[in-house]
Amino acid sequence: MNQETYSQIFINACLVNNFVLAYFLGICPFLGVSGKIDTSSKMGAAVTFVMLIASICAYGIHSLLIAINAPFLQLISYIVVIASTVQLVEMFVKKMSPTLFKALGIFLPLITTNCAILGLALFQTNKGYDFFQSIVYALGAGAGFTLALILIAGLREQLEFAEVPKVIKGTVLTLIVAGILSLAFMGFSGLGSS
Amino acid sequence: MSNQEIDKGSINTAPTSTDEFIKGLWKENPVFVQVLGMCPVLAVSNTAVNALAMGMATAFVLLMSNVLVSLLRNFIPKEVRIASYILIIATFVTITDYAIQAISVDLHKSLGAFISLIVVNCLILSRAEAFASKNTVSKSVMDALGMGLGFIIALFSLGAVREILGNGAFFGISLFPDGFQEWVIMILPAGGFFTLAAWLLVFNLIKQRRALS
Amino acid sequence: MKEQKTISPPNSFKMIRAMAGIGIICGLLIVLTYEGTLPRIERLRAEALQEAIFKVIPSSTQMRPFSYQDNTFIPAKETDENIIYAGYDDLGELKGVAIVAAGQGYADIIRIIYGYSIDKQEVIGFYVLESKETPGLGDKIEKEQFFLDNFNALDVALTEDKNAIKNKVTTVKQGGKLNEWEIDGITGATISSRAIGDIIAKSTEQWVPIIYKNREVFKSFENE
Repeated sequence: MNQETYSQIFINACLVNNFVLAYFLGICPFLGVSGKIDTSSKMGAAVTFVMLIASICAYGIHSLLIAINAPFLQLISYIVVIASTVQLVEMFVKKMSPTLFKALGIFLPLITTNCAILGLALFQTNKGYDFFQSIVYALGAGAGFTLALILIAGLREQLEFAEVPKVIKGTVLTLIVAGILSLAFMGFSGLGSS
Repeated sequence: MSNQEIDKGSINTAPTSTDEFIKGLWKENPVFVQVLGMCPVLAVSNTAVNALAMGMATAFVLLMSNVLVSLLRNFIPKEVRIASYILIIATFVTITDYAIQAISVDLHKSLGAFISLIVVNCLILSRAEAFASKNTVSKSVMDALGMGLGFIIALFSLGAVREILGNGAFFGISLFPDGFQEWVIMILPAGGFFTLAAWLLVFNLIKQRRALS
Repeated sequence: MKEQKTISPPNSFKMIRAMAGIGIICGLLIVLTYEGTLPRIERLRAEALQEAIFKVIPSSTQMRPFSYQDNTFIPAKETDENIIYAGYDDLGELKGVAIVAAGQGYADIIRIIYGYSIDKQEVIGFYVLESKETPGLGDKIEKEQFFLDNFNALDVALTEDKNAIKNKVTTVKQGGKLNEWEIDGITGATISSRAIGDIIAKSTEQWVPIIYKNREVFKSFENE
């Protein structure tokens, strides 16, 4: 059982060890696409929601696998569950709110290969969090992910007006922005200690 | 001579096996051109050894999954193809995970959960979908080897630069005299972003110069 | 180039056959690899653990794991919890007990192992098992010699009634160590050094009284 308190877990996941800026997770589809604050917040919300579900499922699966002594099935079961969850969420959103579905567009299926979700499940298992700790972890990770995405998108939007050499425009610039942001977030280090 | 090879259909002669291999190294380099599949890998490319190990692990999974997908390509109906690919990739990632544990406890500790994250590496899924499912096994092997090697080279250049500047070492061997102040930032995540940006910049500059000449 | 494919409705049988077939192939591959590598992986892990134990209990060459159950220590099995390790020299004499502990550092959780001598009532060895502390700064806790020397004879003596540690292990500013139960911190890595102090303080408070109370259990070294 992990000894961390809930606030420690949340702060660590959201700020200190931000999934995007410290672990590089969840940026693959984002790097190639131009970012807007609007889509970023929607993507962040969707990811947080999927993270929450994935976290609960991962906790359940892990306990089950331990019980039947088949730890080697961990990765496969996690990825299958995550993919199915995204499918279900997609169908659910389509039915409940077609406008939201259209707004999210391509992002929903993209979440399946989003390293952040699987990363969450794996990290949480490695740290040995119990049920409630896992939920807090998922919320923190989702919040941090959304925060990072919004910040990067916001900075990129501003940079659209800057005169940047053509070779740097695009991915290179995004990476530099992300790097500086990552540095800034290092200022949060130690916040999660007692 | 044009550099752009946008659509395979536009080429007059069918690409040979060697072509499949070479394209992964430069023209369609997974990291620098396609900008694919780097996300979890950046986190563990802070030393040359880690980067190399991660690159090889990814290349291995890419190779095996390309082979299996190609072997089964006529057997998998298109409705379930993504699910099948993911299953296959996850299997080989699991195998790689245990293999690394059996090789070195320390290496496994440094790479940690990121080995498992190879399964969501967009590169492997994209090669399975775009190539292995439509080509013979031998061509798929060459494709995987080329992409894999391109990936390893890109990753290694990242890891090497980060370790040399950030640790003053290469493969753990100290390079500079004691007075050298390491650029610790290179080993931190920020350094990963900056180094990748720098290499991409170099790549873009070379492409731009070639296009002009 | 490609001949016109006839569009056929999704064939459920084919889909199920494909998924099942792949499932079986994949399952087989994984299980084979798992079983094949398990003995070696366990051996490597045991070796790494042993190495760490011998490092923190000087002059020990053999070890026995013990788990704390029902207010006493019994020889531990693989799956037990609350395991500590007793270290013996070639002649079977108890040299100390190794305890694994963990706690929040600057960047992430730090896992350490330290050796405790019942006779001397001191911490006699220290080794970092896992840490993600900042390279060049926090990771000095693993390398800086004067910091490591703190743990050669760290006082963790018990109170008169042997129920608690007399003086809690504390990290002080570098160079400010006045008492044997204090740890000289590292100036550029205050949080990491303090984390180590806290981890050891908490762990010794928990384990030392119990170990001392049951010290006779460890002295007897039976050959398995």
